[in-house]
Amino acid sequence: MEKGKVKGIYEDVIMAGFGGQGLMFIGKLLAYSAMKEGKHVTWIPSYGPEMRGGTANCTVVVSDEEIGSPLIPRPRAVIVMNNPSIEAFEPKLQSDGLLLANSSFVTRSATRKDVQATFIPANEIASRVGNEKAANMVMLGAYVACTNIVSKESINKGLEELFGAKREFLEANMLAFEEGMKFVQEKCLKTK
Amino acid sequence: MTEKRFMAGNEAIAEAAIQAGCRFYFGYPITPQNEICEYMSMRLPEVGGTFLQAESEVAAIYMTFGAAGTGARVMTSSSSPGISLMQEGISYIAAAELPCVIVNMMRGGPGLGGIHPSQADYFQATKGGGHGDYHLLVLAPHTAQEAVNLTMLAFDLADKYRNPVMVLGDGNMGQMMEPVEFPPPAKTEFSKKEWNLDGARNRPRHLIKTLYLDPPVLEKRNLAIAHKLGEAVKNEVRFESFMVDDADVVIGAYGTVARIAKTAIKLLRENGVKAGLLRPISLYPFPYQQFAKVAESGKKILVVEMSLGQMFQDVQLAVCGKTKVNFYSRVGGVVPGYDEIVREVEKTAKESG
Repeated sequence: MEKGKVKGIYEDVIMAGFGGQGLMFIGKLLAYSAMKEGKHVTWIPSYGPEMRGGTANCTVVVSDEEIGSPLIPRPRAVIVMNNPSIEAFEPKLQSDGLLLANSSFVTRSATRKDVQATFIPANEIASRVGNEKAANMVMLGAYVACTNIVSKESINKGLEELFGAKREFLEANMLAFEEGMKFVQEKCLKTK
Repeated sequence: MTEKRFMAGNEAIAEAAIQAGCRFYFGYPITPQNEICEYMSMRLPEVGGTFLQAESEVAAIYMTFGAAGTGARVMTSSSSPGISLMQEGISYIAAAELPCVIVNMMRGGPGLGGIHPSQADYFQATKGGGHGDYHLLVLAPHTAQEAVNLTMLAFDLADKYRNPVMVLGDGNMGQMMEPVEFPPPAKTEFSKKEWNLDGARNRPRHLIKTLYLDPPVLEKRNLAIAHKLGEAVKNEVRFESFMVDDADVVIGAYGTVARIAKTAIKLLRENGVKAGLLRPISLYPFPYQQFAKVAESGKKILVVEMSLGQMFQDVQLAVCGKTKVNFYSRVGGVVPGYDEIVREVEKTAKESG
């Protein structure tokens, strides 16, 4: 929903990229972690043929009130991890909205001047901390640093619970998340 | 309070069925409700139940018919084209007065249509669907939590009225994940049915049939079913009235569209437009009186649906010309956004009386 129209805690975000980049997972992780903090959450995937290798997306809403629409025509934030996704979702972003793009795959810059765009080399950052596949977690870290909608601790705890048996990948994912947060925080310091 | 679980609507419905005592599930895969089959295939063996993937929806509904005849709690699920295939069997189950739960996660039609959300099976669900004089009881949740609660209720209503009950959702509701809680089941033992088929040892036989060649006998059967449904109409109307009291425009919507309308109402009220929502939870029986009351108080009504005007007709019946009823819809798998609903309510508010 539009900024300024909602009192209390409220955020919505669309996450989009190639199938396999882990967008659905970070969406679920965000929603799950926020649920564990006692918030209302919805997670809704795009479902259908586009999931078979094409561009997939999910929408997450977090609020301290009961959530009405789980679908967001004009999102407050978008995370895009490939070129088709920035084409599809940059125009939908509301004014002053947050555009987080993975510059390892997104090769163009933002076309809109009325949004807050941050380009993050998420794959490079993720491989530096040990697992390139955790690029999604870099993007989530950046998003959480920008919005403060959940705590880092909740994400770490959620990650442990959702990962289950795949514990050997846990550390790299937590590190990648932290690096994503740091990237945004350092960038903010520089611009200030 | 039990711990919250993060589940898709489809899974939540399946788990609710298990907790309500459902021990038999027959189905055939179709998007967007496959997770119900999948979940049942995992969970039913754990609780000593039977999961069976039928060779078609026609087979699935007749297996449901058979299991219902033994007095067991039984469920099937499908999506629009599959539910169409089941209509003959559903008519037989209604005629035999057997309890069962049928889930329809609607997708765009007609024909094979698409796999995205729709509400275009409203007529089929509420007006009969199959041949002959009967109705299903139809419950339409708008959140995953409500899907849990209504699925549990569906089993109780099916037993109470010896009638099939439909849980009517859409692809959106099936795929969306939300926190849900499972209330401790009200009862874990279900009263033995006096009519069930269990081998007739040391008792006179029970007979379940739907063929009555003598017209006066069949007429009596029809009237008995009608009388029973009349009781349901008296007792089982369910609805939510959301910010209706001071509203100038009342949105009529159910399921996914109703929750989107709630967001629209918040935004409209920020803009000074007093909007509210009358949300049928039971689609059969339909809350005719509640819509009539809204009309009598001089409020305007806007029906929003993912069909080309099906529930709209029931609202018009209820209102009986006492107020103008406007209509807005998106179809074919397109879900109306809250921005569209805001625009339509503003238009309705501006219209003169």
